[in-house]
This record gives sequence, C-alpha cells and structure tokens, in this order.
Amino acid sequence: MTYFLQLVVTGFSLGIVYALVAIGFVIILKCSEVFNIAQGHFVLIGGYLGYTFLVAFHLPIWACLLMAMATAAVMGLLIERLTLRPLVGQPVLAVIMMTIALASILEGLATLIWGGEYKTYHGLLPTLSLHIGEISVPSESLIGLIVSGAAVTILMLFFHYTKIGLAMRATAEDLQVVQSAGIKATRVYALSWVIASVVGVIGGILLGGVSGVMIPLANVGIKAFAVVLLGGLESIGGAIVAGIILGILENVAAGYLDPLLPGGGLANVFPFIVMIVVLIFKPHGLFGQVRIERI
Amino acid sequence: MGRQRGTFLENYAQDMAIIRTRLQWAMLFIFLLLLFSCPLFLSDRALTVMTMIGIAVISVHGLNILTGYCGQISIGHAGFMAVGGYTSAILSAKLGWPFWATLPCGALGAGVAGLIFGLPSLKIKGFYLIMATIAAHFIIVWLILQLYGLTGGGDGLAVSRPEIAGFTVKSKGSYFCLVMAFACLATYTAQNIVRTRAGRAFVAIRDNDLAAEVMGINLWSYKLQAFFIGCVYAGVAGVLLVHYYAFASVDLFPFMDSVWYLGMLIVGGMGSTLGALFGAIALKLLDELVTVVGPGLSAIVAPQAAASMGLIAHGLVIIIFLIFEPRGLAHRWELVGAYFRLWPFSHEERE
Repeated sequence: MTYFLQLVVTGFSLGIVYALVAIGFVIILKCSEVFNIAQGHFVLIGGYLGYTFLVAFHLPIWACLLMAMATAAVMGLLIERLTLRPLVGQPVLAVIMMTIALASILEGLATLIWGGEYKTYHGLLPTLSLHIGEISVPSESLIGLIVSGAAVTILMLFFHYTKIGLAMRATAEDLQVVQSAGIKATRVYALSWVIASVVGVIGGILLGGVSGVMIPLANVGIKAFAVVLLGGLESIGGAIVAGIILGILENVAAGYLDPLLPGGGLANVFPFIVMIVVLIFKPHGLFGQVRIERI
Repeated sequence: MGRQRGTFLENYAQDMAIIRTRLQWAMLFIFLLLLFSCPLFLSDRALTVMTMIGIAVISVHGLNILTGYCGQISIGHAGFMAVGGYTSAILSAKLGWPFWATLPCGALGAGVAGLIFGLPSLKIKGFYLIMATIAAHFIIVWLILQLYGLTGGGDGLAVSRPEIAGFTVKSKGSYFCLVMAFACLATYTAQNIVRTRAGRAFVAIRDNDLAAEVMGINLWSYKLQAFFIGCVYAGVAGVLLVHYYAFASVDLFPFMDSVWYLGMLIVGGMGSTLGALFGAIALKLLDELVTVVGPGLSAIVAPQAAASMGLIAHGLVIIIFLIFEPRGLAHRWELVGAYFRLWPFSHEERE
C-alpha cells in the first residue's frame, strides 16, 4: 500500500509538470490554432537558461526568474513574428511542420550553446520537503504544485479581468468577429506565444532544478500532447486534470508492470498508448469541444 | 502539364502517356544507363550516399501517396519501415527464407501495421492524426524492444545479405543496383497509382473529405487503402535498409527520420511524384553536406557544432521552404522547365 501511495505521489508531481507544459500548448492552440510541437523545447531552453543565470551568472533566484522570463518573452515574440506570421491561413500540415522545424532549431541551438551536456543546479532552488506517514512528498511536486497553481491563477485572472485577455478569449471564439471589432489578431497571436514560451521556460527552470537539464528533457513536450488530447484540446482546466491523471497512471503502471516486462521502459510508451485509446474512443478528450462539421 | 511545341496528342493512349516524345524516351534511357553504370566509376562513399537516397526515395513515395495525395499526415513512417524491416529480418534469420520471399512479406507486414494504425484516421484528422501516428512510431519501437525472443530486442538481429538467383548481393555496387531498381519501380508505380480511380479518390479526400463522401467515395475504404499503400512502400524501404546493414536494429529507424521524411515532402513539393524524388535527394544531400562540413566547423567554432548543425540546417531549410517556396522544388522545376520550353517566345498553346 505504501508502495502504491508513493507511486501515486511521485506520479502526481510528474503530472503537474506535464500539465504546466500542456497549458502553454493549449494557450497557443486556443488563440491561434497552431499546434506547437516545440513546446517541450521551450522547457529545454528554460532549463538551460536557469543554469546560465543561476550558475554561470550567480544571480539570485528572483533575478534568474525575471531574466529567464524576459528572454522567453523575446524568444516567443521572435518566433511568432519570423516564422508563424507568414503562415497565417496556411494548411495544418505547413504550420505543424513549421513548429517541428522550430523544435529542431531550438534543440540545435541548445546543443550549440550549452553543449548538450547534463547540467544541474540542484540545491540552488529553494527546497521544501513533506512527509506524510511513510510517504515522502518530493520537493519537485510541492514546488511544481505551487508554481503551476500560481501560473494558472494568474492566467485565469489575466484572461478574465484584462482587456487583452478578453481579446484573446474572443479570438479563440471567432477570428472574424474579433477583427471586425477592431482587435488586432496579430497582437493576440504574439502575446499567446509570449505566454506559452514564458510558461514553458518556468517549467524548465523548475524541472532543471530538480532533475537536471539534458536534451531528452524536450520529450516532456511529446508526453504533454497525450495530456492535451486526454484533457481536450481547448481546455486549460482539462490540461491540468489530465496531466495529473496521466502522471499518476504512468507511474503506477510502470511501477507494477515494468518488473514483469523484459525490456521495461513502459513509462516512456505509456502516454502514447493512452493517446491511441483516447483518439479511438473519445477523440475530443474529457473537456474538449465536440466539433460539428458542415459543408 | 506543358509539352514541347509540335507534339500533338491524337488518341487517348498518347494523352495518358507519361513519356511523350522520342527525346524524352532517349533521355530516360540515358539516365537509366548512367544510373546503373554508377558502380563502375563512383567511389564506395558516393554509392553509399546514393543507396541511402534510393531507400529514402522509396519511403517518401509511400508517404507522398498517404500525406501528399490522401492528406492523411503521418509522422510514424520510420516506425512502419521498422515493421517491414523486422518482418523480413525475422523471416530470413529465424526461418531461413530467401530474400525474394521475405521482401513481399515485409512489405505486407508494414502494410498491415499501417492498416491498424490507420484505423483512428476514420474518426480523426489533422493534428489528432499526427499524434496517433507519432504514438504508432513509439509503440512499434517499444514492441520491437519488448519481443526479445523474436526480434533480439535492443541487441538487434543479424541477417544475411540478400541472395537472388544464386547471386549474393554483397558489394556496395550490386546493392546500389538492387536499391535503384526498386527506387525506379517505386517511382513508376507511385506515378501510376495516383492516376487510378483510387488516386483520384485520394485527392478528393485530401481536398475536402466531406464533399468526397457526398460524391460517393467510400472514405473508410480509401483512407485505409492509402495507409496500406503508403506503408507497403515504407515496408520495402525498411527491408532494403535492414538488408543493407545486414543487421536489424531499432537505431536504424529513429523518430526524427519520420519527421525528416515529411520534411522531404515539404522541400520537394507535396502531392507530386517528382516532388518526392527531389525532396528525398535534396535533404539526403544536405545530410551529406553536414557530415562533410561538420568536422571542420567543429574545429573552428566548438566541438558540439557538428551535432547541432544538422538539426539547425534541417530546421532552417524546412522553414525557408515553408515560407518562400511552399509548393516545393517540383514547382520550381516546372517553372524552369516552362521557361526553357517557351524561350524565346513567352506564350504557349493552351491545352
């Protein structure tokens, strides 16, 4: 029983991180209908940025966060302006290939700048620890919970109480109406990329502080797709719920089934199995909108 | 499609012919002669590169039918190649089947895998389908690693070089000819498949699936057919790849290959047989360029520059093509061809 609960708690912390990555994905998707395959690479860049500012520049944590967020904002702006703006109105495949190409370039840049090596700044982030009975709650899950909770709250407030937030929600609803109301859709697109890259970078700093940064960190992005599909493409709340569900499921399944399988590695493939099942039986996820198509 | 001035089409067969004039026949003949005599005057290194190009061409033709013509985006093509390669490897290594028997089995195996993972395409499209095919790739690779007794798992599986009619295809030159023969066959069949009833149905589904269904096209059947055909090509490519290295391993089928096959389609031009050809050649040559320039760059800039350059170069090429030449090299080729056909007059008889 303790083993099971421990698996659940570890899975929960994993799920929170998935959810954080998935939120960035959902924001871009909602506002500009772009499926950002490179979301995981924002996390990767975030991890390395954390290393640069904390270890190489010896900045305090708050300055590091501010600097990383500023860098992320610039990165998001540049990416949107240079690569995605020319593709507005192009078919889905072109846009997706663009984000795949972006992912490739970001990975290449990370390799070039930071050598693609394992970097860690463990102990530089504030650590929390909590023990409930025999179960230890890892610091990453507490920090992840706090940060993603804060991120979601801020985003919710932003979407509901600011004018540009309202514009972003409206753009998600109907582009034509928004444009005829005089809202600049391009500004909304740019902002959605800035938010997504900032969220991704924050996730990267957190992950990097706990388990170190390496190129495979970007695979978090691929797992986040399973989360997004399970939660429903358009739902931020759905992404959080699905992230936690998937993290727990993955960890529990791997914990119990891996010893039975010769090759192991179930945790890596589990999100994809969930993905296929969701796609076949419930393509719109738990909280997604069911689209009705007309000619 | 433009044709030389003074070429008149007098019957249906002439209208449908892919190669119309004597000049074109002669050019094709010379091209094939040159291609198959390459082993006589090219180095082993160049032959290896061209063999890899040939295998990529076969695979991309399949992806072109599936994605370029039918509009069903697949980022799991390397996974389907792995199914074909492993099916053939298992049959030849464990059961001792000859190459000519394992090749169709490998192709069929990949086709069936394509059918299975194509099933979600009946309900979903666009991004959802991309996710399903990405999942397909990872699940296939995981299964191969799991079925240790059958596939050798992470250790891989040694297979013998193919033997056809008593002749072992051992040297680089002979293997090059084998791959090129298949590449030519693949190009020929791909160009013709898209001109059949099924090919026209694929285009209708790509352009508007609802309208296609209303027109009486059986979506269920044709989408699965597209997956089957596309994956059969992938299977053949996988079989050839595995037999080339005489070794089956999941490392031969990395996920990024699936992505680059799609990239080849973008660079070459989607929905065009010529485009698949051009794209495969262009990106494989880019790979080669990176391998050649990489070490020098590493010495100048930083040791990791070679590794990062491949990724950045691929990404940049795809971005540039998406923004500036979304219809790919095939379109540019046609424009250049038209320019020379029309020169020095700037008009052409309308067809």
